[in-house]
Amino acid sequence: MTDDVDRNRRHFLTVATAVTGGVGIALASIPFLVSLRPSARAQALGAPVEVPLASLEPGEMVRVIWRGRLVFVLRRSQAMLSNLEQTPPDLLRDPNSEVAEQQHEFAVNPYRSIQPEYLVIEGNCTHLGCAPLPEFQVGPAPDWHGGFFCPCHGSRFDLAGRVYKGVPAPTNLRVPPYRFIQDDVIMIGSEAGAA
Amino acid sequence: MATVEPEVARPQNSFIRWIDDRFPLLETLRYHATEYYASKNFNIWYVFGVLSLVVLVIQLVTGIFLTMNYKPSSTEAFASVEYIMRDVDFGWLIRYMHSTGASFFFIVVYLHMFRAMLYGSYKKPRELLWIIGMLIFLVLMAEAFAGYLLPWGQMSYWGAQVIISLFGAIPFIGDGLVEYIKGDYSISDITLNRFFALHVVLLPLALIGLVFVHIVALHHVGSSNPDGIEIKDYKGADGVPVDGVPFHPYHTSKDLVAIIIFLMIFTGVVFFAPDMGGYFLEHANFEPANTMVTPEHIAPVWYFTPFYAILRAVPNKLWGAILMGAAVFLPLFLPWLDRSRVRSIRYRGWIYRTSLGLFVISFFALGWLGLQPAEGVYVVLARVFSVIYFAFFLLMPYYTTIDKTKPVPERVVYYV
Repeated sequence: MTDDVDRNRRHFLTVATAVTGGVGIALASIPFLVSLRPSARAQALGAPVEVPLASLEPGEMVRVIWRGRLVFVLRRSQAMLSNLEQTPPDLLRDPNSEVAEQQHEFAVNPYRSIQPEYLVIEGNCTHLGCAPLPEFQVGPAPDWHGGFFCPCHGSRFDLAGRVYKGVPAPTNLRVPPYRFIQDDVIMIGSEAGAA
Repeated sequence: MATVEPEVARPQNSFIRWIDDRFPLLETLRYHATEYYASKNFNIWYVFGVLSLVVLVIQLVTGIFLTMNYKPSSTEAFASVEYIMRDVDFGWLIRYMHSTGASFFFIVVYLHMFRAMLYGSYKKPRELLWIIGMLIFLVLMAEAFAGYLLPWGQMSYWGAQVIISLFGAIPFIGDGLVEYIKGDYSISDITLNRFFALHVVLLPLALIGLVFVHIVALHHVGSSNPDGIEIKDYKGADGVPVDGVPFHPYHTSKDLVAIIIFLMIFTGVVFFAPDMGGYFLEHANFEPANTMVTPEHIAPVWYFTPFYAILRAVPNKLWGAILMGAAVFLPLFLPWLDRSRVRSIRYRGWIYRTSLGLFVISFFALGWLGLQPAEGVYVVLARVFSVIYFAFFLLMPYYTTIDKTKPVPERVVYYV
């Protein structure tokens, strides 16, 4: 036994052991972290849902659940469509639906829908996820042309789910992927243009 | 081996002696209780640490018994809480103790933190003690938030929706992170199940571990006192601080009085006002979660409302989330923001006294505003008080430097 300790060697071995152990722990943590992702069953339950439109009266809205999320399906009346056209674009943050994540290409139009009459839109406010309330009457505020009002933090959206300026919600309500599988039935969660 | 053992009394009782030869029982008791010297001039502000421990024990015991009947499933959770309330013998008592305990936990912890701000307890050498305490506070907030989802009422569901959505404000990874936290595309059975695991296993373990470390750090640096001076600077011939008295039996017997008074108030609330008019148990939460409809008026439980008011005061999602986070984390930096040469408010000038007063007013005002609808004058007021809240912290390096301080006594002072 000598007192001569090769400090460099000792330091190298210490660091090498620590790094090897650290990498091992990091790799071993992957299965645990991945297990927290939406499971196969959760993904399967996120399958598309069919919504028949025949029973909807003009001006009537139904709430459906897709992937556990709230989706509003609104049949806009002629009055609503003309109200929508009268909403001044300068009151809106993204009047032309330029934020790409909030809708697919098919909904980049003034109505944010495939057919102008039917609005299909996610019912979770883009601020903090509350369900906005339908407030389809025009007024009493002079700049209110009907739309959705979020009771939680006061965000406002027009009849196409476009967000007003000066409210906490940053973007328009999201349009889920959907397509018409018949003239009066839509499938939510299924890519548009596929049929 | 001819080393002389120090003269420490050996235990008389042979069983204790047997233990003590194998485990540092008496040494630990001496170090942490009978020979831990804390200032003899503690006032009422110094009982809230012990009371936090009492509430922690209440929450652990009642929590364990609640898990024996609660079902963490979205179809059964609400009904199982009702079952506990109606059909389990004394289930109502255990559940009300737990729900009332949550609010009392925050009451005593806020008072405990305010004590540190009054007497500069966070200042050197107690910075790490303060940081550990702030970590306890953060874990406590997470614990309370996770627990609030479990009854699966309307406010549980939509409150969780709002708070989890906050993470969606983070650029690029936000949406993915929200889905990851939920473990689903929406708050679902899966989310409830994992929040249950966090609430009953991970976070309590973290809490207990941090509380242990908090006390170890406290007993290492020693307790502060209302004069903000170091009692260790004046020791008698026996090496004991002359202004200190042993934690046990002196402070323990005083704490016992505080505990009894606390339990009188606590049980009073449990028996006569467990929902505290909607502040401790929100009325909307007596309805099962409905994913289709948000309650008309959504507000967190009172202990989160000051931060919630700051979130809502900002008309921008990302900045609202950032400022709310900043409001929670800013106190962590108090040991370095506070440049005053004295610790205790007794010897500080009018500037700090005024600032602390304004801070307290803004904290209460924000707490109240967080319960009001986010419209009109409420939003304006929330902005005003948010500015005061942040100014208290951010201007502190400046105003504590120019504030005129009074001379600090060498020995502790009594005000009888």
